[in-house]
Amino acid sequence: MNIFQDANRKQIANRRKTDWYLHILFVIATSIGVLALCALIVDILVDGIARLQPDLFTNFPSRKADGSGMKSALVGTIYMLLIMAPISFIFGVGAAIYLEEYAKKGRITRIIQLNISTLAGVPSIVYGILGLTLFVRLLSLDRSLIAGALTMTLLVLPIIIVSAQEAIRAVPKSRRDASFALGATKWQTVYRSVMPSALPGVLTGVILAMSRAIGETAPLVMIGALTYVAFLPDGLKDSFTVIPIQVYNWLSKPQLEFKELAASGIIVLLALLLLMNFSAILLRNKYQKNV
Amino acid sequence: MEALININKLNLFYGAFHALKDVSLTIPEKAITAFIGPSGCGKSTLLRTLNRMNDMIPGTRIEGGIAIGGTEIYSNEVDVETLRKKVGMVFQQPNPFPKSIYDNVAYGPRLHGITSKRELDEIVETSLKSAVLWEEVKDHLKRSAFGLSGGQQQRLCIARALAVNPNILLMDEATSALDPISTLKIEELAQELKDKYTIVMVTHNMHQAARVSNQTVFFLNGEVIEYSDTEKLFSNPTDQRTEDYISGRFG
Repeated sequence: MNIFQDANRKQIANRRKTDWYLHILFVIATSIGVLALCALIVDILVDGIARLQPDLFTNFPSRKADGSGMKSALVGTIYMLLIMAPISFIFGVGAAIYLEEYAKKGRITRIIQLNISTLAGVPSIVYGILGLTLFVRLLSLDRSLIAGALTMTLLVLPIIIVSAQEAIRAVPKSRRDASFALGATKWQTVYRSVMPSALPGVLTGVILAMSRAIGETAPLVMIGALTYVAFLPDGLKDSFTVIPIQVYNWLSKPQLEFKELAASGIIVLLALLLLMNFSAILLRNKYQKNV
Repeated sequence: MEALININKLNLFYGAFHALKDVSLTIPEKAITAFIGPSGCGKSTLLRTLNRMNDMIPGTRIEGGIAIGGTEIYSNEVDVETLRKKVGMVFQQPNPFPKSIYDNVAYGPRLHGITSKRELDEIVETSLKSAVLWEEVKDHLKRSAFGLSGGQQQRLCIARALAVNPNILLMDEATSALDPISTLKIEELAQELKDKYTIVMVTHNMHQAARVSNQTVFFLNGEVIEYSDTEKLFSNPTDQRTEDYISGRFG
């Protein structure tokens, strides 16, 4: 007896055809993203690789393209990261610990939660306006490094809170139970049991948030980071610039040489981004091994 | 045998659900008392009131009293941290911390303020010996607890509970995730430990209750149906429902 005789081979052929067309569609969809990134990188490398020389890192910007560098912008970006990282870590992770471990799960917590998720999606220029009002004017910090860093902190806080909450939530409840059952207080449990497990995930979130911040231009334009800075910031209240603003400045000039400089600036920015994302991935892998 | 735990007309509610109904029990010291009954009968809930782990579940309400050694544990006379130090707990799934074997056992003592290395070394050694794990792990205390087998992990959790020097050890279906040989080892361990500790165990496994315990309590729908010496409960139960349960007619 042929148990396969009732198969409808034509119908199956049609099903397979659909399968194949969709397969191709999905490959195209994936390729577009990858190709766009490749095109971007090639285009920028072609324009900018020639200017990617020591001068770029050691010289200040100047009116002439030759010998012009981005020292002040690079240092400005790094200073800003150094100020932002600890502040946003403390407040972001603190808020996440409160919401996950201490806050009673009720209506108010839900409203706070909704607010934070919404804030994570607010356009960055809005944070610029907030920073301008709050830090530049109200606290009269002027157009300073600290005003810029604090504005950026506000921008990344919701992202850090949300990702830290996810990392904390991923720690199995049984580990908290084990700690409480030995007579631990809440903080002891958080500090000795929850955070060691959650920390790699938390740090990954912090790094990714930082890497978003170093590419942001709009809020800093809003609070008035200067486009032309031929000195290094001397203190928290000194004026400053950052890489994307320097790139923007160079791009707005008519001469071709400045366009090349802008391209090399973008290469530096992308390299910094890749470095940060790579370290985030390393941390995540370590985390997965530990669970 | 002297009574250590006195439960007096205890009622417990999870929101509107009446989980424990007028439970009154006396649990003797330095013996093994087993709680048996079908799923949802309240045996684990009662166990978790003894170290107030139910406090953390929102909407839990308690009426009546539990006294341990004469002290009301739901009163201001005792801090919950102290209570949990004196009433240790072992859970259904082995739940070691992702730390070394040493740090797992030292976790409790460190919480309560012991920092001296010498003192911690001593506690770790005696606790692991009490949990009959010392010989297997003494040469690699710095290795991750996750490298141990399930049965070893559960004995590590027992050692961790013993390290804060409790009087009572609660075992919440502590062998249900283990293979038969590991289960046997934990049962033998419980037999040894009852000379020094009062053990209360919840078990799904009636044979385990019959093998290991001195007293058995049978629960049904949040009520105590029968409480007597294990031998009597299993050979000559007074309540029809107990007999139905132990003879496997339901549950």
